[in-house]
Amino acid sequence: MSAQVTGAQSLVKSLEAAGVDVMFGIPGGAILPAYDPIFDSSIRHILVRHEQGAGHAATGYAQATGRVGVCIATSGPGATNLVTPLADAQMDSVPVVAITGQVASAAIGTDAFQEADIRGITMPVTKHNFLITDPQDIPRAIAEAFHIAGTGRPGAVLVDIAKDALTKMTDFNWPESLSLPGYNPVMDPTPESIRDAAALIAQSSSPVLYVGGGMIKSNASAELMKLAELTGAPVVTTLMALGSFPDSHPQHLGMPGMHGTVAAVTALQKADLLITLGARFDDRVTGKLSSFAPNAKIIHADIDPAEIGKNRVVDVALVGDLKATIKALLPELQSQFAKSKPDLGAWWAQCNSWRARYPLGFDEPTDGSVSPQYVIQRLGQIAGPDAIYVAGVGQHQMWSSQFVNYEKPRTWINSGGLGTMGFAVPAAMGAKVGAPDTVVWAIDGDGCFQMTNQELVTCALNNIPIKVAIINNESLGMVRQWQTLFYNERYSNTDLHSKRIPDFAKLAEAMGCVGLRCESKEDVDRVINEAMAINDRPVVVDFSVHRDAMVWPMVAAGTSNDDIVIAKSMAPIWDSQEL
Amino acid sequence: MSTHTLSVLVENSPGVLARVASLFSRRGYNIDSLAVGPTEDPNVSRMTIVVNVEAHALSQVIQQTDKLINVLSIIELDPIASVQRELLLVKVSTTPESRSQVLETVQLFRAKVVDVAQDAVTIEATGNSEKIQALLRVLEPYGIKELVQSGLVAMERGLKPGKSQQPDHD
Repeated sequence: MSAQVTGAQSLVKSLEAAGVDVMFGIPGGAILPAYDPIFDSSIRHILVRHEQGAGHAATGYAQATGRVGVCIATSGPGATNLVTPLADAQMDSVPVVAITGQVASAAIGTDAFQEADIRGITMPVTKHNFLITDPQDIPRAIAEAFHIAGTGRPGAVLVDIAKDALTKMTDFNWPESLSLPGYNPVMDPTPESIRDAAALIAQSSSPVLYVGGGMIKSNASAELMKLAELTGAPVVTTLMALGSFPDSHPQHLGMPGMHGTVAAVTALQKADLLITLGARFDDRVTGKLSSFAPNAKIIHADIDPAEIGKNRVVDVALVGDLKATIKALLPELQSQFAKSKPDLGAWWAQCNSWRARYPLGFDEPTDGSVSPQYVIQRLGQIAGPDAIYVAGVGQHQMWSSQFVNYEKPRTWINSGGLGTMGFAVPAAMGAKVGAPDTVVWAIDGDGCFQMTNQELVTCALNNIPIKVAIINNESLGMVRQWQTLFYNERYSNTDLHSKRIPDFAKLAEAMGCVGLRCESKEDVDRVINEAMAINDRPVVVDFSVHRDAMVWPMVAAGTSNDDIVIAKSMAPIWDSQEL
Repeated sequence: MSTHTLSVLVENSPGVLARVASLFSRRGYNIDSLAVGPTEDPNVSRMTIVVNVEAHALSQVIQQTDKLINVLSIIELDPIASVQRELLLVKVSTTPESRSQVLETVQLFRAKVVDVAQDAVTIEATGNSEKIQALLRVLEPYGIKELVQSGLVAMERGLKPGKSQQPDHD
């Protein structure tokens, strides 16, 4: 018989047993019993300033380390403030566990003070969730939550615990094995499907490796490199996959999608085979689905069987973990290629011509202001491929995906699926906690920054020296870009007037950070280097940039990828035989 | 669009019906009927769900439902290889002249009268959807005052799918 402990002690022991080393949270009434044993625990608890910050920090931590991120909050508003980060993590398949306090079990359903049905609320935005009212169930629920969050297709899991379950006495028994009869992720694709996939690849004369975020989740970059070099096929990496294949590799055509490179978008359109690896045919990649890659056969490898055929009918489904899938595919392909290997020469000539003719680029503003792309490009060059870059959502995010070179997995962290403005600062905080010896740059917009910058206080007080580049165009830039293009330049409610209100440098100083400002192109390198030299405190740099800069290329929402536009009113000129 | 009958075994745990309903709602799947009840195993419940979806969407419905942690198994039931039943209670207006005709209809459909009043009879019928609809069509001219219908419940025939092909006695 194990010693009697409180439910709260059992919770903390369970979190320790699950291997948690850090969690982000804020106490409150219903979760208060848990905070007493946290005080004595080996787990580092980082007291954030808003629960949303705790959730995104857990996500940033998970993205940077590959481990499960943990956040903790009280009932009611504490829990509902976690809804956005949970939805965000779930959309991007990030393993996150949220612990929330709940009102005492007898009060559940009575509209008690700070009561919210957080299990019901988060049902559609989590992989699974629990409501615990018996302290006996705590260890099992925690063990299952971490298992479910971190295995298969990772995702968000919430464990809601009634206050009386935390205060009652119980035994602590960490389960030796889990019984989840309804949860059995398939790890290995069938040998038949591997053979069918290899046969299709061996017949293809214009294949593309279409790589998604699953590649990073599966830690399969080394295997991807082998597959890419064995097939010789062009590689495109989606927004969630940047870094899984080096940007510098000659086979890399860049990012596909709404703001992808002409070469990547066009290669997908013209391919005869898409070797889809942990990607999900998202609408931002496919454009108008009915005209996406019209001549391509589809191989779709994914650990989630529900992704197969969800948006695009597939020819070969490879259900399993990507690492295992590619490992199984390599020898099968080698024996296929021993018989006959297709010549990709003509295909590469086409891909290279798109790449040469339509490289990513930007125009320098003529009014002497700084171009945002230049700032981001220099930042990437100075901080280099070993740094971690974390973006918010909008123009700065797209420029960061385009003009920073990513060479390694887990160096690019962003909110891809949900598109959560305000993601960058707290996610960068989490990434820095997970990778304390790595330089972490949040590249943020002035709009995004004003949503979650309070976590810089958390960073300053907890020795989490992140660096923040505010790409300040004084507006909600991406929305403004759409107003420019689709709403006759009627800028309804997108002007933030944020050149000096707030004064970001002073705001940073007020929060215990170093605040720097850069307003001319000549100063960009100097200020970045100044920020790079500060390692004892967070640094915020307010880069004033040209407000009319736009993200190009662009495939307008709902249109075909064939209608990609490289700059305002400029479509690429295709050779007639390419059309 | 066409209807499909799904037989879903779920863990008998709190919130499982909400999870399934929430999934169908957020993914835009149309439920024609849903019935939940216990099985021979007290830890397991069975849901019989009739969905109305495009053929290519059916595998999505099945895969997404199967992803729920509390869902143990999900299969589509072939109407020929399964027994499918609904329960109907219907209150029909009667007059002294029409009552015998109504009772004759009850006989023909192997339904039964479970309550009689001065001006109405209440009829209980079980059967597949087609039979229930046919009965209602015949009763309608007499005047349906009130009706209530259960969701469809269904089970595979025989020990294994397709093993037994006994005729449907109803």
